[in-house]
Formats: sequence, C-alpha cells, structure tokens
Amino acid sequence: MLEKDVTLVENAIKEYYFNHFDLVNIPPKLTQREFGYQKINGGMIRHIAITDNKDLHLLLMKETPSDVYCSNAYYSFPNLPMSEKDWKGADLIFDIDAKDLALSCRNDHSVFKCGSCHGAISGKQSSCPKCGSTKFDVVSVACKNCIGESKKEVKKLVQILGQDLGIKNEETEIYFSGNEGFHIRVINHNYEMLGSQERADLVDYIMFNGAMPETFGMKKQYNSKSTLPELGEAGWKGRVATSLFGSKSKVPKVTRQIISDGYLAFQAKLDEVRQTMGVKVDPKVTMDIHRIFRLEGSINSKSGLSKVQCKNLDDFDPFLDACLIGEEAVEITANCPVVIKLKNKKYGPYANERISVPKYAAVYMICKGLASVV
Amino acid sequence: MDLAKYPFLAEAGEYLRDKGFNLEQLGHPDWAPLVEKAYGRIVVASSGQVYGSDMERLENPDMEILSFIVAVILLKATGIHTLTRRFSLAEARRAERYLQQDLWSNKDKNLELPLKIIQELFGVQVVVENDEFVIKVGDYLQRAVHFHEKEWKLVNRRVTGGLVYLTAHETVRLIRTELGQYINSRIQSITLPSIPDTFKARVQDLVQLATKFSDAVVVSSDYPPCVKHAIEVLEKGENLPHSGRFLLATYLLARGQTTDQIAPLFKNAPDYNERVTRYQLEHISGASGKGTKYQCPSCDKLRSENLCFAIPDCDGIINPIQFGKKRKS
Repeated sequence: MLEKDVTLVENAIKEYYFNHFDLVNIPPKLTQREFGYQKINGGMIRHIAITDNKDLHLLLMKETPSDVYCSNAYYSFPNLPMSEKDWKGADLIFDIDAKDLALSCRNDHSVFKCGSCHGAISGKQSSCPKCGSTKFDVVSVACKNCIGESKKEVKKLVQILGQDLGIKNEETEIYFSGNEGFHIRVINHNYEMLGSQERADLVDYIMFNGAMPETFGMKKQYNSKSTLPELGEAGWKGRVATSLFGSKSKVPKVTRQIISDGYLAFQAKLDEVRQTMGVKVDPKVTMDIHRIFRLEGSINSKSGLSKVQCKNLDDFDPFLDACLIGEEAVEITANCPVVIKLKNKKYGPYANERISVPKYAAVYMICKGLASVV
Repeated sequence: MDLAKYPFLAEAGEYLRDKGFNLEQLGHPDWAPLVEKAYGRIVVASSGQVYGSDMERLENPDMEILSFIVAVILLKATGIHTLTRRFSLAEARRAERYLQQDLWSNKDKNLELPLKIIQELFGVQVVVENDEFVIKVGDYLQRAVHFHEKEWKLVNRRVTGGLVYLTAHETVRLIRTELGQYINSRIQSITLPSIPDTFKARVQDLVQLATKFSDAVVVSSDYPPCVKHAIEVLEKGENLPHSGRFLLATYLLARGQTTDQIAPLFKNAPDYNERVTRYQLEHISGASGKGTKYQCPSCDKLRSENLCFAIPDCDGIINPIQFGKKRKS
C-alpha cells in the first residue's frame, strides 16, 4: 500500500478506536489470552499479554494496527514463546467464509488485478487480457448473496451446536468476520479442554465427514434387513431421514428403493447429505488450539469493515451495520470495475476516475487495492 | 469377589493385613503354588495374552487377589518396565471383560461398582438410560480419537444434547488404555519391602524372560524425526497409535526394507503379536490382499495426527520420504 493511502487508513483506524472502543468485545479471561497485531505493510507481532481494558485501548491508539488478534486459548503465561505458555484450554471457534461455499455469484463480484500493468478487470481471468501477464491478484467485493448463503451455514451450525452438542444459545456468539463471512465463538467448559485431534473429529461431525452407511442402518450384506433412520430422530439420523424421505407418506416407497439400490448407492446418498446439510466451516480454524483469532470489534484491513456481533442474524446487514468509519468526503482515484454497495449507496464502476466519496467507501476501495488517495 | 475381578483396587498391604498375612509368611514353601500362579500371570501377560479370563477361575477369590499382589511384587523386584507395562495392559484387558459383564448383567440391578470404577478412576461420568450408557461428548472425544476405526468417529455415534450413547462394550473399550495406565501407575507407586528368598528364583526367570523383548534396534541417523520418534516410542515399550505404526511401516518399506527386517521393530509394542504384525506388514507392502502398496502418509497428514516433530532439516518437504533428499546444501 502506498504511503499516502497508509496515512488515510491509519487515521481512519485511529478515529474508529477513539470513537468506538465500546464495540471492542473484551473476551473473558482477558489476562490469560495472547494478543497479536499487524500494521499495514508490516509483519505479525504476537505473544503479547494485556493486563486490562485500558492497556488494550492504549495499544490500539498507539499502534493503530490494521488487524488485531486474540487467542481462543488461555495460558498461564500468554507472553512467553509457545512451548512455555502453559495451555489451559481454549474456546471453540468456527469460521464460515463465503469464498469456501462455491457460490455461482463469485465471478460477478471478483476483480482481477494485474500484477504487471495494474489493470483491474471484472471477473476471473487466467491471464491479463491487456498485457498477457499471469501475475495477478483476485479480490472479491461486497455481495449480498454471499452473506445470505453464509448466514444459512451459520444457522445450520447453531442448530447442531444446540441440539446435538448441548451448547446453549447464550454460550454461542456470532460475529460478522469483517470481510466475507462469520466467526462463531462458543464458551462452554465441556469443550474448552479438547485438543486439536478432538476438535478435528468434532468438525467432522459438524461437516458430516466420514459417515458410514452402517451408522444409518444400512448393511453391507443382507441389506434387506437394513433399518433406516426415522423422521424426527435426534442428531444426524433425523437429518438423514429428512433428506431421504422428505415426508412421512413417502417412507415405505423410498425405503424399498434405497434397500434395492444397495450399499454403495446409500454411501453416495450420504455424500449428498454432506454437501447439502453438512456445515461448511473451515476445519483448520476449529482444530487450531493456539490460533490468534480476529478480535471482536476490531477493524478488518481486507475491507475496513469491523468484526461486529450479530445479535439478530436475519436482519444483520454487514455493509450497513459493520461499516463504521467516518463519512467525510475524500478524493481518490478509483479503478474499480464492479459496483460496490455500502450503507445502502452504490459506488462504481470506476475506470481510473478521480472521485470524491465518503471516507468509509474510500477506505473500503483502498483496502481492496482498487483505489488510491489523490 | 469384586476384588478378585479388579485386584488393582486393593491396597495390597491393607489387604494382606486384613487377611492376617504378611510377606514373610508368603515366603513359606507351602505358598509355592501361589508364587507359581503369580509368575504364570506375568508370563501369560508378557506373551500378549489375557490371564484367566473365564469366570470359573474366580472360585477362589483370595488366590486371585494374592497372586496379583505377588505378581506385582515379583515385577517390582525385577524392575523391568517393559514387563510391567505388558502386565498392566493384560490386566487391564482382563478387568475390561469383567467390567463389561458387570455393566451388562447388572443392568437392572446394581451398577454401582463398575460405574464407580469408571467415574472415580477416570473422571468419566456415565449415566444409564434404558439399555444405553451415556457420556459427555467431550469425555468421549478425548478417548475415542485414539482409535483408528471409523465407527469411533463422533459422526458415527448417536449424539444428542451434548451426550453420546454407547453400549456396555463400547463404554469399557473407551477406557482400556487408561485402565492399563492406571494399573501401571499403581504398580510404580508401590514401595517394595525386602522379598522372601523363595521369590528370588522366579525374579531371575523374569529378568531372563525380559531379554526377549529388548532386541537392539538399529536407528539410522538419516531417518526423519517423525520416524525416529515412532521407533523411540516402540523401543520404550510404549503404545504407538495405529497411525504411527502405519507411518513407520510405510516409510521403511519405501526405503527398501523387507517385512522381515521391519517386523522386529514392533516386538516391544505392548500388544505385540508376531503373526498379526507380519500379516499387516504384508498387507501394507502389497504382498497380500488386493496388492495395493500403501504410500507413506504426507507431512500434512502426520501433523494432523500429532505425529510430526519437524526440525529445520524438514524445511521444504511434504512427505517424510523426501527427508534428506531435498536438503539444502
């Protein structure tokens, strides 16, 4: 990022932490957590211990970090190197990201940025149509559909956490990630001591990975004796039944069909269930018991939007509710081939145009690498 | 009767006192059959078998308990960890069978003892619901992840409200390893008084027996750290998980070793069985079964199984096989 852009973004970040420090969620066991941060164009600084809210506020104001992270784990000595920290447990965390959902809208709001001629073209390309270079970045901008689909995954996750894993609603916190997805944090002492392997198996449960036909009553041999799950059963059995039968009236007919189709066909059916009903979380995030995870209420430098809590998921509009940077006009040169909608206003497309936009829109485009301060 | 099934629950000293025995008395030649029984108990365990698993042998509960206590004394006097570990594992398997029977047959009556053992020794709270045994998801995961079989994956279990539903057999299987570790730690914590002379011959025999399990193993210095770790675990006679054994076998096969050369490495595993080991090695090598030759797992896979112990020399490799070959000069 260019120096003049860094100045604008850092000033916006400072202003945000000055005005909105109340939005920064101080997680429980603050002093036992490891903090880390990055500055624009800088590397990660981590293994930081924070003593109280004031200490954290001071860090944010002094360093104006582009991104701030806090461990899901609690340690005796959060500021020591990893092997000496003394791990005491960790919240369960989940990351749902629109880019992992294989949505058809992705191409419409992706921008191809050439590394050689710095041209920006809408949609995905294999090489630059202007200069032929194969060095490029692809950035994705705000999309309502992506958020809507991500919300569906969040709802599936919350349902499994509640019904199957016995995690109460008040123990589950849902956050917009600050870019294109959602972060979920679970604080429940039955799960905080689980290690990485255990969390990996828990993720497989949530994603419905590794399910065996036998678990759902399908036999490899003599499959006429198979007893399929029933509608209304708890857990995955009930979900599989819903997916297989749809309604009660169809049970006898579908059962006969499934049994005559056999074991392998049933396995394929389970794979369909995985794709439709399994929750698409990023398994690496949940498995990592030493991760530093974006701090709630902090700014995400991929967009300038904030990671904010969603009290009412259905009504939540990240491009309104998480867009918390100031409104004063800023002059920028924008090279943004797609339309961006922020705070219910449309911006773009711009082809290397000099424009005046509110600071939040300027920061958004600069963070995406689609604009620069004049 | 209960102590005959679970003799490791007895406070040895206290038990002997209650019965009016002391160690010196047990040294009397009249008690020779007891020492033989205790010795036999260790020999059977060291060969990977489970001692006296049928209920009939419990006809004389005192002999069962005393032979366990004397076996522990013999093991302590021998002082060879491999033997103690093998004994602990075999005794755990023996107790596992009784626990399972107790959970199953007492279903409508008195489950107090088996549930108490599981709860107090291992901190796992088990609730009985209809015909099933119910434990918390967290307690389940912490144990089940050590099993390789797919049916132990949480997704293949009935899970609701934060609880997992199991059969008696599964409940007991889940704590087998911990039971072995518990028995081992109980034996380790005992301080041994001087032993009667009549025990000494058998102690010598046990020292002799143990030499069988300590064949020297050649560890090449150019093995990657994950493979070295696996060999070290086996050398110590500790339990290497299935995934670790698979790594070791596939790695050494890929390096051109034969099943004959590899099989002895597993000799120290607490559940070693030569026939099974050879069968499995042949299967992995593609010599038997469908002829599929299994490849060495990737570094990524090993990391996820907590079997990776990367060192700077591992830089840039994605499979242990590449170790040493891609090394920067």
